[in-house]
Amino acid sequence: MVMHGIPALLIVWQGVNRLITLSSSDLLIIGLYFAMVLGIGIYLRRYASTSNDFFMAGREMSAWVAGLSFLSANLGALELMGWAASTYQYGILAAHFYWIAAFPSMVFLGLVMMPFYYISKTHSVPGYLKLRYGEATRALSGISFAVMTILMSGINMYAMALVMKVVLGWNIHFSIWVSSLTVAVYVALGGLYSAIFNEVLQFFLIWLGALVIPVLGMIEVGGWSGLVSRIHERVQSDGYVHLWSTLGTFSGNPMGVHWTGVVFGLGGAIACGYWTTDFLVVQRAMAAKDLRSAQLAPIIASYFKMVIPLIVILPGLLALGVLPYRLVPESSVHPGLHSYNEVLPLMLARYCGPGLLGLGITALIAGFMSGMAGNVSAFATVWTYDIYQPYIRKTESDAHYVRVGRWCTILGVFLSIATAYFVTQFKSIMDYMQALVSFFIAPLFGTVIIGMIWKRTTAKGGFWGLFAGTASSVVMYTAVRINPAALRYIALSPDAKDMAENLYRALWSWIICVVVTVLVSLFTEPKSEEQLAGLVWGATKFPRAEPIPLWKKPIFWAAGVAILFGVLQWMFW
Amino acid sequence: MHERRHMLPVWFFIGVLLTIYGIIILITAIGEWSHPTAVVLAQYHPGIWCGVLLLVIGIFYTVRFWPRSR
Repeated sequence: MVMHGIPALLIVWQGVNRLITLSSSDLLIIGLYFAMVLGIGIYLRRYASTSNDFFMAGREMSAWVAGLSFLSANLGALELMGWAASTYQYGILAAHFYWIAAFPSMVFLGLVMMPFYYISKTHSVPGYLKLRYGEATRALSGISFAVMTILMSGINMYAMALVMKVVLGWNIHFSIWVSSLTVAVYVALGGLYSAIFNEVLQFFLIWLGALVIPVLGMIEVGGWSGLVSRIHERVQSDGYVHLWSTLGTFSGNPMGVHWTGVVFGLGGAIACGYWTTDFLVVQRAMAAKDLRSAQLAPIIASYFKMVIPLIVILPGLLALGVLPYRLVPESSVHPGLHSYNEVLPLMLARYCGPGLLGLGITALIAGFMSGMAGNVSAFATVWTYDIYQPYIRKTESDAHYVRVGRWCTILGVFLSIATAYFVTQFKSIMDYMQALVSFFIAPLFGTVIIGMIWKRTTAKGGFWGLFAGTASSVVMYTAVRINPAALRYIALSPDAKDMAENLYRALWSWIICVVVTVLVSLFTEPKSEEQLAGLVWGATKFPRAEPIPLWKKPIFWAAGVAILFGVLQWMFW
Repeated sequence: MHERRHMLPVWFFIGVLLTIYGIIILITAIGEWSHPTAVVLAQYHPGIWCGVLLLVIGIFYTVRFWPRSR
């Protein structure tokens, strides 16, 4: 697969001229960024000497730092390039992957699940599963997470190399190695401290660098009504600018989905699965200094998540309205044509002169590298704590595990490099991400949430539920690849399109996981109340909180997110 | 960021980088004032606005979180 992909890609590259020539100020801005992230990693090396420091950043992050890094860890290539590309393909429906996907689940994590993660003092999500269900479930989750996170890291690396190819004309292999080795150095040196510091830095750069596009773009088209008019002229369809009104039928919208898939598949299974159990993001909240900060972190992040469509979704819509040519799927790219994934670089080139272009490119690079760094640091933590320590070397010194973590970081980067080439086989980066998420994340959410809310859940129930959910997702995915007509049975409609498969497959795998977990649990022995202390509702004593004003409580800010979510749905109905 | 063992806060690094970026972009934009690059809406001189914004944010964070001797 890899050997087939590279020669084809080389044929494409020979015919593609670089999009723009960078000025010396642009190159200086990009170079300074690399110098800064490496400098931060070198500076923080002295503070990451224990395993608690290297893997959990000393568990002393403030709510704001934890919250911004929580969001930035996810704000990689998938967000910047992938969703802009998906918006160009599917219209404003792509915003669902922010609003309904982010709000309920991130708040749910903060209010409901974070107390159990934090009070149990686990180092990772698989670590919680070990406490709740036992080693078998932890191993299954840890290994599947390790595989998935490396694949996701490969996506980030590929996307960054694509930007450098399009904009700078750099060879894609060179770009992959430059970015990945930079990440390897600063994460291997400073651990989670370094990853979090750079994620917060990258948050600022992403916003400041990418904001130019929506601001100038909306000036060019004359506001939202002007943009809608232009899109209507281009695509002669109402489906690109409405969030809910076209979801009554599969055939009524560009994405080919139904509202049930969006609400339950995306908002329920996929989003909750990702934001509440993906250790990449949960690790940042776990690094908070106390329980209230840990709860506030994802809630703070959800506010910014609500606004991110401004720099990701809106540029995709603007591209649909202002670019004088049509973009094509990755597989259809020939000399002179541009793919969906090039939306953001093309829009940067449209509006940004020297200096601003460098800032915009740096913002893209920063987003990609934060995504990759997050994946690699999470991989190192899960490998060290959930695979290496329990199964390979149980009783080594703390310094030994820190060394393992550093080497594992480097190993993870090299594995990511290998997976980056697989991404070239898919027409859209986001389709690839959704397929991965639905394999592992949706069933994992089922296993974790059942374990948190139902004392009767047993170790065997948790393991077989997780296994069944994951296996069913792989089976459904394979079935559709072999026979595309099978999609009509998974999505329960002959009009369903590819994106619907991801949503409904995640929903079915979650349901299967929960059902199997419940059934097996009813016929197997549960843990005692004492063994479940700190792990499940009804067996956990939450620390008595000091009296604080309402506005300092997580529930207050969660209510604000709910109101903001409602307003946005109404505005873009 | 809670200071631990005199660790420089992340906000300080952000301030330094944004300040430098603001200076670079502002100088570049001023240099292009009479002959802006042929991009859409170049007449609005977005580089000036963005450079000023970066400088303001960068200087604020740098001064606010400048390491002080204990």
